[in-house]
Amino acid sequence: MTTQTTDRPAPLSAGWTYAPAPENAAIAAVKDRYLPFVDGGFVEGRGEDAETFNPGTAEVLATVSQSTTDDVDTAVAAARRAYDEVWGPMSGAERGRYLFRIARGLAERARELAVLESLDNGKPIRETRDFDVPTAAQHFFYHAGWADKLQHLGLGAAPRPLGVAAQVIPWNFPLLMAAWKIAPALAAGNTVVIKPAETTPLSVLVLAEVIADAGLPPGVVNVVTGAGDIGSALVNHPGVDKVAFTGSTAVGREIQRSLAGTGRRVTLELGGKGANIVFDDAALDQAVEGIVNGIFFNAGQVCCAGSRLLVQEPVAEEVLAKLEARAQTLRIGDPLDKNTDVGAINSPTQKAKIDELVGSGVAEGAQVWRSSCPVPERGWYVAPTILSHTAGSMRVVREEIFGPVLTVETFRTPDEAVAKANNTPYGLSAGVWTEKGSRAMAMAGALKVGVVWDNTFNRFDPAASFGGYGESGFGREGGRAGMAAYLEDQS
Amino acid sequence: MTTYAARPDQAPETAPAAPPSTATATPAPPALPSHLAGATADEATLRRFLFGLPAVDPVGLEQRSATLATRSIKKASKLAAIDLAISMVDLTTLEGADTPGKVRNLARKALAPDPARPGTPQVAAVCVYPDRVATAADELAGSDVKVASVATAFPSGRSSLEVKLADTRLALESGADEIDMVIDRGAFLAGQYGLVLEQIRAVKAECAGRARLKVILETGELATYDNVRRACWLALLGGGDFLKTSTGKVNPAATLPLVQVLLQAVRDWRDQTGQQVAVKPAGGIRTTKDAIRHLVAVNEVAGPEWLDPHWFRFGASSLLDDLVLQRRAQLDGHYADPDTVALD
Repeated sequence: MTTQTTDRPAPLSAGWTYAPAPENAAIAAVKDRYLPFVDGGFVEGRGEDAETFNPGTAEVLATVSQSTTDDVDTAVAAARRAYDEVWGPMSGAERGRYLFRIARGLAERARELAVLESLDNGKPIRETRDFDVPTAAQHFFYHAGWADKLQHLGLGAAPRPLGVAAQVIPWNFPLLMAAWKIAPALAAGNTVVIKPAETTPLSVLVLAEVIADAGLPPGVVNVVTGAGDIGSALVNHPGVDKVAFTGSTAVGREIQRSLAGTGRRVTLELGGKGANIVFDDAALDQAVEGIVNGIFFNAGQVCCAGSRLLVQEPVAEEVLAKLEARAQTLRIGDPLDKNTDVGAINSPTQKAKIDELVGSGVAEGAQVWRSSCPVPERGWYVAPTILSHTAGSMRVVREEIFGPVLTVETFRTPDEAVAKANNTPYGLSAGVWTEKGSRAMAMAGALKVGVVWDNTFNRFDPAASFGGYGESGFGREGGRAGMAAYLEDQS
Repeated sequence: MTTYAARPDQAPETAPAAPPSTATATPAPPALPSHLAGATADEATLRRFLFGLPAVDPVGLEQRSATLATRSIKKASKLAAIDLAISMVDLTTLEGADTPGKVRNLARKALAPDPARPGTPQVAAVCVYPDRVATAADELAGSDVKVASVATAFPSGRSSLEVKLADTRLALESGADEIDMVIDRGAFLAGQYGLVLEQIRAVKAECAGRARLKVILETGELATYDNVRRACWLALLGGGDFLKTSTGKVNPAATLPLVQVLLQAVRDWRDQTGQQVAVKPAGGIRTTKDAIRHLVAVNEVAGPEWLDPHWFRFGASSLLDDLVLQRRAQLDGHYADPDTVALD
């Protein structure tokens, strides 16, 4: 008999530290300087260069040539020409071929785009790799299929495109929002001038490369760069036929005011203050997952975030305890680390806004729980935060925070849950957690929101329409309703 | 209605299920909180308790497992995980063809999984049928490697309680340190939860003071996550020292979502009782990558307190070979020829 003396390995019960697993930043092939994409070419903007930052480190990532209002004129003119001469007259089947090519191009450059998006936006590589980029490609694949089937949308025998679409998108899902906007517009036969947010232009400019490589005729898609003034010039440009905006409610209101009476078609996808409603019969462990996903996905910088937890009183304590324990396991830090769950906040402005609102919640008497996970010293980070003992009158419950901050309220009955959930000027999303199907259906009917998730949260599909009520905007993106937003009925 | 004995420490007026001689060998576990102690009062109460457990939503459960599986474990954290995983293996042979020679070979491998690398940890246990326990115990005598044995008419569990207890006694008397029992899935699926509990308690009483009891749920036959959660709580209420997924004879065996359900159960049990119970996935875990994914789940779902061979095991045979190969790759910087590692 042999008994060897071997060392017992140290158990890891005192804690298991995952070694850093950073994705290689070089994969993003970040250039020093980026140019707007107008009329089929990357051309100098006539404005002064601006810098875009890496929120994970607060360092400059690249400089971007900025468009001026003159450049917007050029881009709109190019889009008009492309619409009149090439894209409008083209058959749906042929447009579909181009869209399929863009989708494949995105899939081929998926890794590069994921790293680039993570660098420019600050969101974790796990999200860009597993969600943003593949979903963006899916949107092109899905809409490519519609291009030659417009007569089956229920909009008459031959629905007509609108013309030139002006699109302004936010910084929270730069590439994905571009895909949401460009794919249906092109499938329907419109041409596009799109402006990414000034803090996150890079992935959209790489999408422009993919579009150029797909051989799209010049002017069909144009990307102009700049801040709010350029966005305003674009949406108010007399040469555009359709305006699609995703962003803050304040800007959305301004756009609607200035476009009133112009006869131009508008869709607005604005803010939200989504309620995540947990009943006492819910699958609690998965409800906790859904709450975490609802508010900490993309660090809560999501218009449809489940930022208000409404939990039924009998399980409130249990849910809150499980939630805090779960949120404590989230790993905050380097967005490029494959094990990071919560990355950086996109800009110091946004971080300041989040900090200010959390401060107001504390001042108004909310109880604060905050993850003790260490946060990097450089870069713009906010640790996951849960504000309990909040009341419907507090600013943190009423205003969109757009950060990893959850408020917790309790309710007693389904009616009270509906009343509290609907007691907001917004109406974008809600989650309902119950094992009782009839209750879920009844809740879905009673909630004044555009999207209701049943026993899940933050699930997106190109075939499902997305959009809001009230101050969350109007119009839908995705699915048949999303196509209808870019078409005119014609029998 | 089935009647069965309650735990002696909860309901002293009922006849104790365990013979006093063995029951006194272990200190009485801390009393359960009343909602758990009362849960087993009678069949109807037990049923209400099990159906009052929160449901498991399969979509959310599987999504969480898929996310955990994306964790990237590299360098020092990987080597530490490989060493820990080796030390957590219940090296298993459960074949009709098991000979004394086969068991001896396995025991030697358990003691020295990679003799060419003397720092390689020993495994946790060798797991065999009851009539092969004596051989394994002889081979492993004087070492820290435990002898585990599947008893209770493994793998189907389709026999009388007397036969199951006799099977258990054979293993114990031959020197088993751990007993891997199977629950009566037929009774469970017929809704006879009291009967399942009674059998777990009876086997536990045999083991008390002598061996740790692993309760095999055979998740592949329970089919739904809700059933698995209920079976977990039956095993916990019955005094199981381990929740174990499968016999390895039924597919699917140990999957990440199933193990997550077990980990949630032991986490909740500890939160409610202060008692820690171990977990053992068995069957289907063949690669280092799989094993590390399970350790990540242990770490993030139950907590790092379970990252210890006392509290988590892998029931496996071929997994050890891959762990040894990957360990060499970590140390040497390249992969070794698989034939340089012993097959069994």
